Amino acid sequence: MLGSQTPTGISTEEHGTLLTFIIRRIIAGFFIVLGATFIAYILVANAGDPLTNARQLQDPAMRENMIKSLTTSLHLDVNPVARYFLWLRGIGGCFVGACDFGKNIQQGDVTSDLGTYMGTSLKLIFSAIALAIIIGLTVGIVTALKQYSGFDYAVTFLTFLFFSLPVFWVGIVLKDLVAIKFNNFLQAGAVFTTAWIVILALFFGLLAYSVQSAPFLRKLTIAAIVAAVVALLSWYISSTGWLLDPKLGIIVIAILSAAIAAGVTTLTAGLANKKALYSALSTAAVGVALYYPLLSFFHSGMNLWKLLLLLVIAIVVGIAVGYLWGGDDKALNARTGALTALGISIIIFIDRLMRAWYTYSNNPEIGGRPLATASPSTPNLVGDFWIQSLDTLTHLLLPTITLMLISVAGHSRYARASMLEVLNQDYIRTARSKGLTERTVIMRHAFRNALIPITTIIAFDISGLLGGAVVTERVYGWTAMGTLFQNGLQNTDPNPVMAFFLVNAILAVLCNMLADISYAALDPRIRVGS
Amino acid sequence: MSTVPHDHREPGGPVVDETSFEQKEVAGLSQGQIVRRRFRRHKGAMISVVVLILIVILAATSIGWGPIPHWWKWTYSETIPFVDDQSPTLKIWPFSNGFAWGDHPFGSDNEQGRDLFANVMRGTQQTLIVIVILGILATVIGVVIGALAGFYRGWVDSVLMRFTDLVITLPAILITAVLGFVFNASGVFVVAISLGLLSWTGLARLVRGEFLTLREREFVDAAKVAGASDARIIFKHILPNTVGVIVVNVTLLMGGGILSEAALSFLGFGIQYPDISLGSLISLYAGKMSFQPWLFIWPGVMIIVIVLAINFIGDGLRDAFDPRQKRIPKAKDLRRGAPEAATTSDAATA
Repeated sequence: MLGSQTPTGISTEEHGTLLTFIIRRIIAGFFIVLGATFIAYILVANAGDPLTNARQLQDPAMRENMIKSLTTSLHLDVNPVARYFLWLRGIGGCFVGACDFGKNIQQGDVTSDLGTYMGTSLKLIFSAIALAIIIGLTVGIVTALKQYSGFDYAVTFLTFLFFSLPVFWVGIVLKDLVAIKFNNFLQAGAVFTTAWIVILALFFGLLAYSVQSAPFLRKLTIAAIVAAVVALLSWYISSTGWLLDPKLGIIVIAILSAAIAAGVTTLTAGLANKKALYSALSTAAVGVALYYPLLSFFHSGMNLWKLLLLLVIAIVVGIAVGYLWGGDDKALNARTGALTALGISIIIFIDRLMRAWYTYSNNPEIGGRPLATASPSTPNLVGDFWIQSLDTLTHLLLPTITLMLISVAGHSRYARASMLEVLNQDYIRTARSKGLTERTVIMRHAFRNALIPITTIIAFDISGLLGGAVVTERVYGWTAMGTLFQNGLQNTDPNPVMAFFLVNAILAVLCNMLADISYAALDPRIRVGS
Repeated sequence: MSTVPHDHREPGGPVVDETSFEQKEVAGLSQGQIVRRRFRRHKGAMISVVVLILIVILAATSIGWGPIPHWWKWTYSETIPFVDDQSPTLKIWPFSNGFAWGDHPFGSDNEQGRDLFANVMRGTQQTLIVIVILGILATVIGVVIGALAGFYRGWVDSVLMRFTDLVITLPAILITAVLGFVFNASGVFVVAISLGLLSWTGLARLVRGEFLTLREREFVDAAKVAGASDARIIFKHILPNTVGVIVVNVTLLMGGGILSEAALSFLGFGIQYPDISLGSLISLYAGKMSFQPWLFIWPGVMIIVIVLAINFIGDGLRDAFDPRQKRIPKAKDLRRGAPEAATTSDAATA
């Protein structure tokens, strides 16, 4: 909700250091999880008879057998309180590496189900969190800096709209409007109609117009240029069938790399800082030079770990380049180099994924309809690392968008408010009056302080996402944590429900704790100790 | 927050003091008047109030509600005769000439024999019931727990706040399922009560925070010295000062509650057939999106409009109640205010 959560979990008269504070919170959190699982267990035990299905069996002998075996495996013969402690003993096994979440009413093992489902759900939740943070923060900060601009008003309305959207409704609409229509569009040859080109150009032109704060004519000129570029690009994309077999190629990558280098430098050091600019540009040059070697390297047996290793190497190279350029502020150069390296790595990664797109969408399992609307991955899909990655991404795309909309609205709203609050502080005026550049004031003095309250909101938000994930998974037909919970409740099957509940409770308590701790750690004005 | 007046110097113009500009605006008004005036200034909130009132009237009168008679041809439980064209018959000016309801303004569904308008109106009624019950329950529980924790501090605070942490972990879907089974009832009241029992946590934390600061203020000491009981101090002295926070957050909480109710019904745990909620309508017609989109779109649009209106009202209330909020005057207002400010300062010096 809009700003309805403020960190009030820290009382000021508690004495001790941050460490004792953390330890106390961990102990309290442990007991909260214990209490919550107890209440939930008793509730679930009263939510219905797990033997309902077994009692409906026709054959009396089989029925007797089924009831008897279920009674022993679910401990239905002991009372719920004692049953809870039996369940707890199984969970306690997790501390010694032998988890036991009990059996479901089909006599299946809940522990192994939970293992696989948790991976699927967490993938969805974490991609939603990551995207929501990036988009929400960016939008929030930009709207705060351009307060009362057309862009600000438009975004404000959109955040209100996103807040009011039922997740499942959006999911179904996206499935129909985006996935199915986009697939049809691809199958029809990926050609934009003139109307579409005009709409796209107008949209980006308007966007460009509304973000600026400049004299009218200048705004109009820039908007017109943006619209023209978008129109040209979309015409090119349409006429070459680029969307069917997309790739960037070395020239586009070189241009983009230079743009990233310049952009990163503008944000971290300002273009006037030549050493930083050269660090960024030489990092970009290294990236572009390594493009063809990397392509051949990517061919042979890639996996996620090699990819992450490459990313680490790229960042190290960026840092090294920054240090080699020397100057007064080596650390600044290194940061600039590292961020540039990160950006260029992402572009090269995207380019390589694009090169797999054609093979992927023409795979018989995909049949030219790459945007998926059901299940977390295509069954029986054969292909290398890139094909599999694309498959995961096309499946993740729409559920992630569905799930993150509300978070994006919340984060951007909160980031905007927080940034505006900080910009009104006296120390910002001091920073400006001593002659610092606007970039330094915003990036170094305002932005960092604005982030403090946002951390809290993000931590709170994570536990809420698990609830949203249940609905999203249902809409997109994923078999994951949500299915475990929902089917468990519908079939009055206690152990799967409790497995979901335990994960949910731990995540909620953990996020709550993280919110309090991060707040206390980041803002020295909050007193945890004396 | 600084209390130093901010000078806003227009290039070449007179010095305009933003603080005095704002003070001048509210001079001589009571707190209630200031709040009402600020609320009325929020255009989005005012439009939302009108829209919400219209929706309530439409939902209450069209298919009848308790003693209120109905004027619409069908009720939600009636099976309508077969129609050839199931698409909506509603005609509104920009899309066609004039305005007409037709037989089935939101469309109809031959398979289930439903008139969608009557169904959506029934769903809206349920939604309104949920808002009211959830709002009352959450306010009472949240305020009492937050007030006690904040006022007494110490072990009362610890126990109540850890209890709040515990309730945060309980999913509404579980409580709804359990309540439904135990009382053998599934319907709007079960859903509304279970949502109300769970959604007070954020409010309790906020009220506690307010109480923690307000209890240290002089007027509380004064009341204590005068011999007021704890209950009197809590309810007569401190609580009225937290009304703003409570009203704003309960409003926003209601918006969230509608979405939760819809999600529960969508998942099959809330309001179920033969009764109708907007969420269960969406669930029922989810597969029709490609061929008869109106069946799916109307209930969704209804949810969005109601929640959007509530959120805008909440925003308007926040603007109205928040005393810390400094409205930064636009350049236009400042220019308009400038000559007057100049004349008043002249008058003061003279």
